[in-house]
Amino acid sequence: MNRKKSISKLLIYIILILGAAIMILPLLWMVLTSFKTVTESTSMNPFIFFPNAWKIDNYITVLKQNNFQRLYFNTFAMMVLRVLCSVSFSAMAAYAFARLAFPGKNLLFGLVMFQMMVPAQIFIIPQYLMVDKLGMRNTIFALVFPGLVSAFGTFLLRQFFMGLPKELEEAARLDGCNIGQIFLKVMLPLTKSGLVSLGIFTALFAFKDLMWPTIVNTRADAATLSSALAKIQSGYSVNYPQLMAAAVLAIWPMLLIYIIFQKQFIEGIATSGSKL
Amino acid sequence: MPQASMAGKGKISKRKCNEWFWGLGLVAPTIIGLIILNIIPIIQTFYMSFFKSGDFGKGNIFVGLDNYKKMFADTQVWSAVANTIKYTLIVVPVTIVLAMLLAVILNNKIKGRGIFRTIYFIPMVAAPAAVTMVWRWLYNSKFGLINYVLNKLGIASVNWTDDPNVAIYAIAIIAIWSTVGYSMVLLLAGLQEIPRDFYEAANIDGASLFKQFRKITLPLVSPTLFFVMVTSIIQAMQVFDVIYMMIDVTSPAYDKTVSLVYLFYNNSFKYSNKGYGSAIVMLLLAIIMVITVIQMKVQKKWVKYM
Repeated sequence: MNRKKSISKLLIYIILILGAAIMILPLLWMVLTSFKTVTESTSMNPFIFFPNAWKIDNYITVLKQNNFQRLYFNTFAMMVLRVLCSVSFSAMAAYAFARLAFPGKNLLFGLVMFQMMVPAQIFIIPQYLMVDKLGMRNTIFALVFPGLVSAFGTFLLRQFFMGLPKELEEAARLDGCNIGQIFLKVMLPLTKSGLVSLGIFTALFAFKDLMWPTIVNTRADAATLSSALAKIQSGYSVNYPQLMAAAVLAIWPMLLIYIIFQKQFIEGIATSGSKL
Repeated sequence: MPQASMAGKGKISKRKCNEWFWGLGLVAPTIIGLIILNIIPIIQTFYMSFFKSGDFGKGNIFVGLDNYKKMFADTQVWSAVANTIKYTLIVVPVTIVLAMLLAVILNNKIKGRGIFRTIYFIPMVAAPAAVTMVWRWLYNSKFGLINYVLNKLGIASVNWTDDPNVAIYAIAIIAIWSTVGYSMVLLLAGLQEIPRDFYEAANIDGASLFKQFRKITLPLVSPTLFFVMVTSIIQAMQVFDVIYMMIDVTSPAYDKTVSLVYLFYNNSFKYSNKGYGSAIVMLLLAIIMVITVIQMKVQKKWVKYM
C-alpha cells in the first residue's frame, strides 16, 4: 500500500515536471535563440542548444531598426488609460446596478448583459470608422477607445458589490453620508480585490490585443508591442534570432510584472471565475 | 424601497429622487459608452452588411441580400466555418481535460504547488504575437527544435505550418499551450471550494479515487466547469491572433486554417470590403448565439448548483 502510494506520487511529480517543462521550453528557446547567430540557430549537426557566445548583436539591430521606446510608451499608456477608465466607470455603474433603485435599471442592465454575449468583432468596423472620422487614427486615444467602458467589468464588480452586507450602507446613511460618499468611502474600499482583479484582466487583455492596434494604428511609431511584432515578422521573416530578440523585448515587461505580482494575478483570475 | 414608501410620502419621494439621481448618474458613463461603442456599432454592422463598399471606402452601394447570397455560395466562408468549428472541437476538450487533470493534482498537498501553478500560467501573460513567433520557429521544417527531436526519435520531419492537413493541429497546440494554465487556475479555485469532509467521508466508505472524482468532484465543480467551457468555446470561435501570425494569405495551408474572424479581417481591412466583412461577422454572431443557447439548454442536465 505504501509502495503503491509512493509510486503514484512519483508519477504525479513526473507529470507535473514534464508539464512545467513544456510550458517553459518555448520561452526558454526564444531567449536562447535571441543570443545566437543565424549560423548557430540553423546548425543541426552538431545541434547547438546554448549559444557559443552570448552576443547581444540581435538586440542591438532590432532596437536600432525599431523604436521600442515608443512601443513601450504606447503599450503602457494604452494599458494604464484602459485600466483607469474601465475600472472607475465599471465600479460606478456596478454599484448602482447592485444597490440603487432607479428607472430603467433592468433595461440598462440588459444592455450590459447583451454586450457580453456578442462577439467583439461585430463592433470593430464601426469603431474603426468612428476613430477615422474623428481623425484620431495613429494616436493613443485610438488604442484606448474600445476599452473606455467595460460591460464585463460592470458585471464582475456588480457581483462583488452584491456580496457585501447591506447593514454597512444603512449605518453610513444614518451617519449622514450621501450616496456618493457611501460608494466612495464605504463600499469601494471593500471591493478592492474585485478592482484589482478587473485591473489585471483589463491590462492583460489590452497588452495581448492584436487586431485592434493592427487596424487602427498603422503607423510604425503608433503601434503597440503586439502589433509591431506582427509587422517585424513580415519584415525579416528568415532571421529567427532577430525575431526572437524582438519577441523577448515585447514580452519581458509583462512577464516581469507577472512574476512580481503572481499572487494577485492568479487570485485575480480565480476570483473573476468564481464571481461570474 | 417599496415597503418604506407607505410612511411620510414627501420625505420618501425626495429620498427616492435622490437615489434615482445617483443611480442614473453613476451608470451614465458606462451606458453612454456602451451605446456609442457597442450598440450603435451592432446596428451599423448589420446595416452595412446590406451594402457593397465602394472603391477606396467611398460611396457605399445598397445591394440588399447580395452579400449574404455571395457568402452562402462562397466555399471559403464554409471552409472557414468548418475550420473554426474543427479548431474549437480540438482545443476546448483537450484544454479542459488537461486543465482539469492539473487542477485535481494541484488540489492535493503537493510540494512546490505554488511554483507549478505560477509556471503553468506563464504562457497566458505572453502576447500571442510573440508566442506564435517562437512556435513558428519551433515548428520550422528544416531548423525547428520539434522536427529535430522527432528525427532523433526516428520520426520523419513534419511540415507543421505549410501542410494543409497538419497546420490546424499545429495552431491548436499553440492555443492549448497558451490557455491551459488559465482554465486550470479557474478550475482549481472551484475545486478548493469543495469541503474536505466530503472526501474524508468517501474514504471511510471505501470509495475509489475515480469514484470520488465522478461522484463528488465533478458535480461540485460543475458550475465552474460550465463557466470555463462557455468562455473557452466563445474564445475559440473567435480565434484570430495565432492564425494571423502563423498563416499568411499565400500559405498553402490558408484554406484549411482560415478562421471566420481571420476571413472577416481580411475582407474588411485587407480587401476593404467592409460590407462583405460585416455579413461574415453576422454569420459568426448567429453561430455563437446558437451554440450558447444549446449550452444553456444542456447545462440543466449536468450542472449542479448548490
